[in-house]
Amino acid sequence: MSARSDGYPLHRRALVETLLAERGETLLVTGLGAPSWDAAAAGDSPLTFPLWGAMGGAAMVGLGLALAQPARRVLVITGDGELLMGLGALATIAVQKPRNLAIAVLDNERYGETGQQATHTAWDVDLAAVARAVGFEAALVVEAPDAVASAVAQVHQAPGPLLAVFKVRAEDLPLVLPPKDGVLLKARFREALLGAEAEP
Amino acid sequence: MAGWSQETHRVLAAAGVRQVAYVPDAGHKTLIALCQEDPGMTAVPLTTEEEGVALLAGAWLGGERGVLLMQSSGVGNCINLFSLTQTCRFPLLMLVTMRGQSGEFNPWQVPMGRGSAAHLRQAGVMVEEVDQADQVASATAAAARLCFESAAAVALLIDQRVLGIKTFEQ
Repeated sequence: MSARSDGYPLHRRALVETLLAERGETLLVTGLGAPSWDAAAAGDSPLTFPLWGAMGGAAMVGLGLALAQPARRVLVITGDGELLMGLGALATIAVQKPRNLAIAVLDNERYGETGQQATHTAWDVDLAAVARAVGFEAALVVEAPDAVASAVAQVHQAPGPLLAVFKVRAEDLPLVLPPKDGVLLKARFREALLGAEAEP
Repeated sequence: MAGWSQETHRVLAAAGVRQVAYVPDAGHKTLIALCQEDPGMTAVPLTTEEEGVALLAGAWLGGERGVLLMQSSGVGNCINLFSLTQTCRFPLLMLVTMRGQSGEFNPWQVPMGRGSAAHLRQAGVMVEEVDQADQVASATAAAARLCFESAAAVALLIDQRVLGIKTFEQ
């Protein structure tokens, strides 16, 4: 197996920091593994719901949230392995056509938590092409640093459903962990979004 | 047979259910159609049942209630995603139409159907069962109350005797 993603110029931590710098009121769901740690490294927020499990579920959590909150932007940041486990979710999302939902995939072509084994994207499975084929409003692949600014603007503003694949370097990074008590994460998210009177 | 579906749709609407996630089943046919036609509900067809578990977690985060409609064959597909429901104590209401019970003609439906209640309980889901058509709506109301008031995962299993035993002759 060639190690193509060892040479990608984009670094995931800096990219996520850029993605979240202008998040404003965006509601954020992060997928199991490194994307949750990347988002934690960029700063904790009650309006971030980091998944510590439920692999394959991040995009669908984002859809339920986007349908419930059509006036708010919803962003899912997840990994290639996590998305591949629930690939049918892209078809389900395309049917609903949520204008406010964007998915950013940090595609390092590896299963980072289990020993850096190759995912299907290492064999050229094209997640953006899948998104286009099922009917996403927009799908893009970003590999070059000078394309990041425009892609980040689209992630925040372009009509969804949008899928942006960021080809990122495969790298082992220090863990930065968000809170992991699921009941706490749920309750603080609902309180920040819906007000203190919301049931947990 | 259509009667319980109309009543159950009214019960779901009254319980504040807005997102209706489903993998189709013949037993849910009328209920799915009623939810699709209801402007107060968003019907979400799934490619696999576990998508619905994640969808309804997101719905709850956003302040909406939902229900997951499926056939007993779909229970196994959900198992790992129930960890999301359990760990975060998300309310999750499921109406499960049963296959594989007494009178089943398709042996391939039997293993998951016979195991559904045990698999659900093992995964931390509270299981309620109903086998009379005229009790489905009230059982749904009770299950919804338990689910949303206790932030719990509750599955109501609807017996094949309510739905009519499927054969290829029908």
